[in-house]
Amino acid sequence: MGEFKVHRVRFFNYVPSAIRCVAYNNQSNRLAVSRTDGTVEIYNLSANYFQEKFFPGHESRATEALCWAEGQRLFSAGLNGEIIEYDLQALNIKYAMDAFGGPIWSMAASPSDSQLLVGCEDGSVKLFQITPDKIQFERNFDRQKSRILSLSWHPSGTHIAAGSIDYISVFDVKSGSAVHKMIVDRQYMGVSKRKCIVWGVAFLSDGTVISVDSAGKVQFWDSATGTLVKSHLIANADVQSIAVANQEDSFVVGTAEGTVFHFQLVPVTSNSSEKQWVRTKPFQHHTHDVRTVAHSPTSLISGGTDTHLVIRPLMEKVEVKNYDAALRKITFPHRRLISCSRKRHLLLFQFAHHLELWRLGSTVATGKNGDTLPLSKNADHLLYLKTKGPENIICSCISPCGSWIAYSTASRFFLYRLNYEHDNINLKRVSKMPAFLRSALQILFSEDSTKLFVASNQGALHIVQLSGGSFKHLHAFQPQSGTVEAMCLLAVSPDGNWLAASGTSAGVHVYNVKQLKVRIGFHACIPLCHVLPQVFEYSIPDKHYTDWSRTVQKHGFHHLWLQRDTPITHISFHPKRPMHILLHDAYMFCIIDKSLPLPNDKTLLYNPFPPTNESDVQRRTAHAFKISKIYKPLLFMDLLDERTLVAVERPLDDIIAQLPPPIKKKKFGT
Amino acid sequence: MVEEENIRVVRCGGSELNFRRAVFSADSKYIFCVSGDFVKVYSTATEECVHILHGHRNLVTGIQLNPNNHLQLYSCSLDGTIKLWDYIDGILIKTFIVGCKLHALFTVAQAEDSVFVTVNKEKPDIFQLVSVKLPKSSSQEVEAKELSIVLDYINQSPKCIAFGNEGVYVAAVRDFYLSVYFFKKKTTSRFTLSSSRNKKHAKNNFTCVACHPKEDCIASGHMDGKIRLWRNFYDEKKYTYTCLHWHHDMVMDLAFSVTGSSLLSGGRESVLVEWRDATEKNKEFLPRLGATIEHISVSPAGDLFCTSHSDNKIMIIHRNLEASAVIQGLVKDRSIFTGLMIDPRTKALVLNGKPGHLQFYSLQSDKQLYNLDIMQQEYINDYGLIQIELTKAAFGCFGNWLATVEQRQEKETELELQMKLWMYSKKTQGFILNTKIHMPHEDCITALCFCNAEKSEQPTLVTASKDGYFKVWILTDDSDIYKKAVGWTCDFVGSYHKYQATNCCFSEDGSLLAVSFEEIVTLWDSETWELKCTFCQRAGKIRHLCFGRLTCSKYLLGATENGILSCWNLLSCALEWSAKLNVRVMEPDPNSENIAAISQPSVGSDLFVFKPSEPRPLYIQKGISREEVQWGVFVPRDVPESFTSEAYQWLNRSQFYFLTKSQSLLTFSTKSPEEKLTPTSKQLLAEESLPTTPFYFILGKHRQQQDEKLNETSENELVQLPLTENIPAISELLHTPAHVLPSAVFLCSMFVNSLLLSKETKSTEEIPKDVDMEEEKESENSDEENDFTEKIQDTNNTDLGEDVIHQLSKSEEKELRKFRKIDYSWIAAL
Repeated sequence: MGEFKVHRVRFFNYVPSAIRCVAYNNQSNRLAVSRTDGTVEIYNLSANYFQEKFFPGHESRATEALCWAEGQRLFSAGLNGEIIEYDLQALNIKYAMDAFGGPIWSMAASPSDSQLLVGCEDGSVKLFQITPDKIQFERNFDRQKSRILSLSWHPSGTHIAAGSIDYISVFDVKSGSAVHKMIVDRQYMGVSKRKCIVWGVAFLSDGTVISVDSAGKVQFWDSATGTLVKSHLIANADVQSIAVANQEDSFVVGTAEGTVFHFQLVPVTSNSSEKQWVRTKPFQHHTHDVRTVAHSPTSLISGGTDTHLVIRPLMEKVEVKNYDAALRKITFPHRRLISCSRKRHLLLFQFAHHLELWRLGSTVATGKNGDTLPLSKNADHLLYLKTKGPENIICSCISPCGSWIAYSTASRFFLYRLNYEHDNINLKRVSKMPAFLRSALQILFSEDSTKLFVASNQGALHIVQLSGGSFKHLHAFQPQSGTVEAMCLLAVSPDGNWLAASGTSAGVHVYNVKQLKVRIGFHACIPLCHVLPQVFEYSIPDKHYTDWSRTVQKHGFHHLWLQRDTPITHISFHPKRPMHILLHDAYMFCIIDKSLPLPNDKTLLYNPFPPTNESDVQRRTAHAFKISKIYKPLLFMDLLDERTLVAVERPLDDIIAQLPPPIKKKKFGT
Repeated sequence: MVEEENIRVVRCGGSELNFRRAVFSADSKYIFCVSGDFVKVYSTATEECVHILHGHRNLVTGIQLNPNNHLQLYSCSLDGTIKLWDYIDGILIKTFIVGCKLHALFTVAQAEDSVFVTVNKEKPDIFQLVSVKLPKSSSQEVEAKELSIVLDYINQSPKCIAFGNEGVYVAAVRDFYLSVYFFKKKTTSRFTLSSSRNKKHAKNNFTCVACHPKEDCIASGHMDGKIRLWRNFYDEKKYTYTCLHWHHDMVMDLAFSVTGSSLLSGGRESVLVEWRDATEKNKEFLPRLGATIEHISVSPAGDLFCTSHSDNKIMIIHRNLEASAVIQGLVKDRSIFTGLMIDPRTKALVLNGKPGHLQFYSLQSDKQLYNLDIMQQEYINDYGLIQIELTKAAFGCFGNWLATVEQRQEKETELELQMKLWMYSKKTQGFILNTKIHMPHEDCITALCFCNAEKSEQPTLVTASKDGYFKVWILTDDSDIYKKAVGWTCDFVGSYHKYQATNCCFSEDGSLLAVSFEEIVTLWDSETWELKCTFCQRAGKIRHLCFGRLTCSKYLLGATENGILSCWNLLSCALEWSAKLNVRVMEPDPNSENIAAISQPSVGSDLFVFKPSEPRPLYIQKGISREEVQWGVFVPRDVPESFTSEAYQWLNRSQFYFLTKSQSLLTFSTKSPEEKLTPTSKQLLAEESLPTTPFYFILGKHRQQQDEKLNETSENELVQLPLTENIPAISELLHTPAHVLPSAVFLCSMFVNSLLLSKETKSTEEIPKDVDMEEEKESENSDEENDFTEKIQDTNNTDLGEDVIHQLSKSEEKELRKFRKIDYSWIAAL
């Protein structure tokens, strides 16, 4: 009999939506990713590729373009014809402005960061001036015949290239008139296709325009003469995206076949200054269309219909071979989509537009270590709760007792009361929510289910008393003066006295719930740190880091532990054994036993084989870190009781099975 | 000439043409390839062998054009020398003695007086690329000992080394490494691919390398069929490569076109792939080339490619990927089942060729005459596939009929057997399938023989099989109302106590058929198919069986598996003699009573030639070959030799050829090697732009007769005409506007003077050539050379002389000066 009985849950039928655009910000080393459902996520590339912020999607807001401007300002444009600016502090939409040109297909910020260019369905290219708090329409360029699908500024800001259907136009920014019109060949492998769509253009400082089109070509044009310089046929399908490095010595294109090609500017001979563009390495990390690519100084970033965000480091740019040099594939959001009711063995799954409530199956059988036990009662799908309106769900939670469900969209907060009568469930919405509870970034119930903690997007924390079928607003912790930092992580102590909240700037605030006042606010971390593979422990009564945490810091972690590249997504204490810390990320589950000595670099951190005998178990427990990699990709893991764990997995094959079929390619030997 | 002779075993042609990359001459008119100890010069237009460059004493391992004089060719050999040739005249100019075995040769135009060779010094598998400084010296043989190591631990094959970008760097590959040595910086960069332990990259090994002629780009071929294009390799960190992948099996060779705009690759698929602009999508194919592409080379003029194939073939391919010529040597790709045969019509050697083909190989000209497709099926090249094999073939009725047997046995019980009979068609000058017999026997056919008697009115064929029967097939009338036709049918089936029939043989007059059934020899009357007599020696299974010829036709010889050679007298039906000899090959000479037997004691092979009437052999030569001899054959001579020595008389009317296990074709010769060389090299001296093909001879004769007179008068003018353009006085005259020209009277003397040849140039240019020609005439008088070729050579010689003089090298100038000093007064006396 093993240490834990594990519920291995695979019925969480979650499919992330496809990635539409990525935009890389060199200044802050952050990456903005937009998905087809309108969600925008922000990843911090310097902090282990952690998904820091996210803006929930909206049914009508399909983003087609995303760009950073004026340093840290993020704009998006979509098929509803609106340009949207995001508030990265308060995590909401600052404003939306209609461009009055029909659906917007493309957007580009000027090299000086002061202007914004959008390409519209009606063939117009519109120039907007970016003002400190808004954008302002400036003028139209010469209108073209068909939609503008791609835009690129010349680095000097004097010219732009616009890709349309069958041709590329070069505009003079000052006059706003088209200087050149470069017709793209429609021929595709000798067959004339109906139309050739220019999916992407890039304007280089030497006047070269690179275009990618639906005929599978990457073409180099001379913008001064409007002539084709070189053409590379690279795919049998569309080439959908292009991104150029800042130094203009390499660029990357993504094709509908799922291949990403890297082009590099290399000298023709060692002693001549003449350089030429050559296609170098192909990367096949996607199964479906690569809709978008980005080029950071050290890596190639691509995303597409198969929902993965792939970050492929460029080996020649990486100085030391550490975890930065590893290929990353980010599929699942780094926030919690699942909550669990311990008492009733319920799991609440959050989807974009609905919630699902499941009761876990049970078994009466017992077995040896590593056995799979047969179920005596199958898992039950209890509830399907659909949201009203077009907005996506931001967060959701079920109370530990299982009688409350709360969720929030961008504009509304919902609280439901669940009544259990044998096998029937009765769902009742708690009406008349107070006005300040409009939307929440994070919701948490206390351990005894009497209190509800809500982190609102104004930076305030609300405490709501729940009793019977009613609720009472107890208190609101207002953010410290001057900051509107949104809290996105909440944790409550088992006795319900302490509440810890963390915002986007890595500070942790601990609140005393009983006395309803801010006990401590400090800029360090308590027992959790998601981003780097480090663990800190803070003793609240003593107001300093615990001795164990200090020894850990002094001793240092095992080098293999420090090389881990996936952020830890969940951490908790064992309720009965205070020396045990449980944590997991997408690929492993770990129990840290504080009573045992820390491993040094010579000891084996992880042994993939199950223990064979008693002495082996002894040897394995010689150090504090006990790691299991059986469950992957692991979305959620929690203790139901002392000896029972629940693990929610989402196999990647199941996701791919639900995606549209990829482009069929002939494979040799089949 | 043949008084004191000494018989030696010599290699006779059939050597590998595909051992190294072929090399084109600068004007693409000639192609050079190594061939055993020789270098062969072929014309790219006519496929004819123009010269054979003799001189090396061991395998030639590399040839390259002299980058400083493209009319010269360097070659290196395992005998440790580098030789410089004038390939147009087929003359050895110089020999550089290096002293150690040379495995490959490279030349670079920038490295003025040095060439690069591959040598191995210590361990057998470790090779080094060294540069050899070729000293400037006027003597014929020069020692070149000045070696300096460029790269160590390289692959032996020259395909794994390439010089790039005008000799700035050299790239070498081995196993999983690509090493690039930069001559200026004197540094080596090494790029390693992930090793074989990783399963995904299990076949990442490098197989070949090529360098872009203009850009810094290295193409490497790999075991798994990928081609990688490396760029930016100055920096060990920033290097980058692209993959091109079409081949499913290893890439055998790579070559860039002259401008570098396209890359050629080839492999086991027998498809030449041209990658245009080095892009994956833009590629062209030349498929169905017949056999694995071993080497690819590109002509310096850029108009031709050539591929060397594993079936000893060189294909010359035009720039637009159209095969324009095929130079085919003896195919030695596979094992020989049919043995060696002589086609009675063409006197060509016939044996297994390409899969499913019978090749007709001319021993005299060392080239394949043609291929007869027996199987008439597409060959599928796949490892582990059991193929149909052509196992037996026999000629009958003076080359009018050919019988072939093909079989395929996948399991013990599943035998596919087919016998085909081919008739020679005078109209098409080739064999046409006449009869196809499916499953002629229940088991493998062990022997096949025609009745070759002159008087026999009906062609007869006998097959013996393991199923215990021998069958007699005769040609019958197969006409119907639609056409007149003949076909083969079974006439008689014979057996003897269910023993396996192992051999069959007709007597010379065709009256008797001997069939051996394991240990027993039976004799049958060919008229009535009656069993006449049996011989049994109880000395093991009969391996070979043959009747004596001419005066010895009353004898029957049988060789058994456990080493007994017996001779029976057919008149007395008794054993005449027997000897203990482990006979491997036994071949009767069709033109004499002699029989050659090759026995194999423990090591090596011995040859015995004997007459059946005398138990004592005529001739014994021990140790003719170190390996097992598999097949032998007597080839009748066109012109009988007249060896007076008794021991060599057996070689008078026929020549004996034999084939060893490693498929080298050997023969016996009495001539010393120098003597052997003379006729060909003399005959082919002074070649003009057209090589001497039979067609050329005919055409040349015709023309000669037409304008003989015209030629004689215009001969002198021909010499001068090209010169006129170069005379400044004339060009000035022609280019000056008419209105400023002085009067014609004034110009006349100047013009006439300019046309006169000065005396000094005449003496240096013309006389040496005359001397050459005089010598030539002398030597050729003894040969049976037609006089019309002589005349052609005369006229063309002068033309050529001028071409050469324009680009005289320093050494040649010296030679010319030497000639000037020689007294030529004796010419007048002639």
